[in-house]
Amino acid sequence: MTDIRNREAQEAADRASTYEWGFSSDIEQDFAPKGLNEDTVRFISAKKNEPEWMLEWRLKAYRAWLTMEEVSWAKLDIPAIDFQDAYYYAEPRAKPKLGSLDEVDPEILRVYEKLGIPIEEQKVLAGVEGARRVAVDAVFDSVSVATTFRKELEAAGVIFRSISEAIREYPDLVRQYLGSVVPQRDNYFACLNSAVFSDGTFVYIPEGVRCPMELSTYFRINAENTGQFERTLIVADKGSYVSYLEGCTAPMRDENQLHAAVVELVALDDAEIKYSTVQNWYPGDAEGKGGIYNFVTKRAICAGARSKVSWTQVETGSAITWKYPSCILKGEGSVGEFYSVAVTNNRQQADTGTKMIHIGKNSRSTIVSKGISAGKSNNTYRGLVRVNAGAENVRNFTQCDSLLLGDQCGAHTVPYIEVKNPSAQIEHEATTSKISDDQMFYAQQRGLNAEDAVALIVNGFAKEVLQQLPMEFAVEAQKLLGISLEGSVG
Amino acid sequence: MLKIENLHAEIDGKQILNGLTLSVGAGEVHAIMGPNGAGKSTLGYVLGGRPGYEVTQGSVSFEGQDLLDMAANERAAAGLFLGFQYPVEIPGVSNVQFLRTALNSQRRARGEAEISAGDFLRLSKAEGEALGMSMDMLKRNVNVGFSGGEKKRNEMVQMGVIDPKLAVLDETDSGLDIDALRVVGDGINRIMRQPHKAVLLITHYQRLLDIVAPDFVHVLADGRIVRSGGPELALQLEREGYGAIAA
Ligand SMILES: Nc1ncnc2c1ncn2[C@@H]1O[C@H](COP(=O)(O)OP(=O)(O)OP(=O)(O)O)[C@@H](O)[C@H]1O
Ligand SMILES: [Mg+2]
Repeated sequence: MTDIRNREAQEAADRASTYEWGFSSDIEQDFAPKGLNEDTVRFISAKKNEPEWMLEWRLKAYRAWLTMEEVSWAKLDIPAIDFQDAYYYAEPRAKPKLGSLDEVDPEILRVYEKLGIPIEEQKVLAGVEGARRVAVDAVFDSVSVATTFRKELEAAGVIFRSISEAIREYPDLVRQYLGSVVPQRDNYFACLNSAVFSDGTFVYIPEGVRCPMELSTYFRINAENTGQFERTLIVADKGSYVSYLEGCTAPMRDENQLHAAVVELVALDDAEIKYSTVQNWYPGDAEGKGGIYNFVTKRAICAGARSKVSWTQVETGSAITWKYPSCILKGEGSVGEFYSVAVTNNRQQADTGTKMIHIGKNSRSTIVSKGISAGKSNNTYRGLVRVNAGAENVRNFTQCDSLLLGDQCGAHTVPYIEVKNPSAQIEHEATTSKISDDQMFYAQQRGLNAEDAVALIVNGFAKEVLQQLPMEFAVEAQKLLGISLEGSVG
Repeated sequence: MLKIENLHAEIDGKQILNGLTLSVGAGEVHAIMGPNGAGKSTLGYVLGGRPGYEVTQGSVSFEGQDLLDMAANERAAAGLFLGFQYPVEIPGVSNVQFLRTALNSQRRARGEAEISAGDFLRLSKAEGEALGMSMDMLKRNVNVGFSGGEKKRNEMVQMGVIDPKLAVLDETDSGLDIDALRVVGDGINRIMRQPHKAVLLITHYQRLLDIVAPDFVHVLADGRIVRSGGPELALQLEREGYGAIAA
């Protein structure tokens, strides 16, 4: 009996030691000189042909950043980062503007294939007639290399651009909203991003328009020692709707890579934004060596009455994750939602959650967080629900469930509740459970191997969140949960 | 088909099976009876390969293979099915999803093609109907919120879909109402009463044996078979209790 257990554990551990998507492709980089100073900022801005106001904005952020200190309150053990020992800009070999996807570097298309990008999107990339319409603004390393369906989106009045293009083509819109949700000085990493962000996405949905397709971006960190500073800005004008998907994996590297993205969402009256993320960056090896540091600032403002923002995230990757997609519920009757699955294995650390700031009357929020910890990892939910004095009849429901695999991992729930209006109804539920031996044996007796049994049980645990994802993401996410927990059972 | 010889097994250092010997041939139904705590469920777990149950002596062969050398899921793929005394709940996973994953895992392990979604749906629907489980029930999460009797019927639906060679059914009759007992008993006969299959039927009561007539009846006490006989032994037990026989 014991032999069988040991053998299973050994095999599982062996499989886990090879990161399934740990390859790196061979695209020549155009680097900014190593290190960070005002010249780096100027280099990036010049590379992007940015207007003067943008350079000034960056420099202001850079100078502010110099005066700030790294975050220390999260339950993370963050190794010191040498910001001078990194590159802040890399782009694939410069190419003329692409007329169609056929012109995309085949190497890049091959990378997408290895990534297991959903078939529908592959068809889109391959230009198959009648493929389901998902627009892919492919971010490869730091530069947008392909944008599809631009015409149809344009006919609907939707602007879907790389942020660099948007800065040049729609300066007024960008200037109005950039930094309006996440101010430059919001936090150390957001401030750094404001200074050196190299690319990202801009979306504007005009009044009354339902975006005719789901917008999808694939991120990939590819260059050795290159920090990745994406900037995403989505503005949904009155009565509009958009669903935006963000997903990513990263190749195996030995050096730790910093990723400090900023995502800002703005929803005006009656607008709705659904933002879904599947994050699968390289988590490091079993000892925690070589993973991505993921310090992301994601925030939405429900500025208009009855506006709605829904964040759904499946976080399986990165060595260290520090991330709190949040909603400022300013509009009367506005709605914020946060659905999260965070998996940590081996030596991964995740400190993630949300902030729901209720300012508007009758605003509502829902938080569903599912944390899964295995190995020697640490998984913390940190959430704030704040109800301002003027916010009448606010309602919040929070549910935080933790699932533990093994007894060397940690799960922590840190809810902060600040209520300044007595009419608020705040509910908080939290559970912690383990995958039981009974469940494992039941599934194995019916024919599942240990890994599939864990994947099945974990997917069941996370179902409430997974079913919030768009279909093509849900399937990918289910697989990811299984893959990221490989080697966690014996 | 199944040959258990001088089986000794312990859990958490406590010896439960104590030299158990039993032989089951193809086409046979063996009833196993015995007092509470005798080791009946333990026998099922040891046969199923439950981690934590350590075999310290003896051997078990299943169709000529060394069963004890196989992992639990390999035993399942080889055709061993364990009907649980206390079926387990799996929140968030539907019965159909669970069963289809299980069936396809077994098929893959045997080098067979996976069952198509359509075929699986037909199969599970038919088995569900035969055992009084609606599609609505099958779409619910595995055993979550099921009554005791519904859980047992669900075990039989799983057995019907998986179609094993050897079923070890641990008190499948307990918790069933009178009509459900009939449905389940008929189900066992239909699915398992075949020349190439066999059943180990763990039960406390004659009422199941009235429907699924055993070829042999064994009394398990103190971790070993203390008495074996034909169907009449069960009737005698019902009249006289274990005291007289196990002594
Ligand atoms: N983890 C354990 N540690 C110690 N003893 C255990 C453990 N698990 C089970 N036992 C004991 O093993 C013995 C056999 O249990 P088992 O469940 O096999 O009995 P059973 O014959 O199926 O009884 P019943 O008719 O009540 O279902 C019992 O005395 C039980 O208390
Ligand atoms: Mg028992």
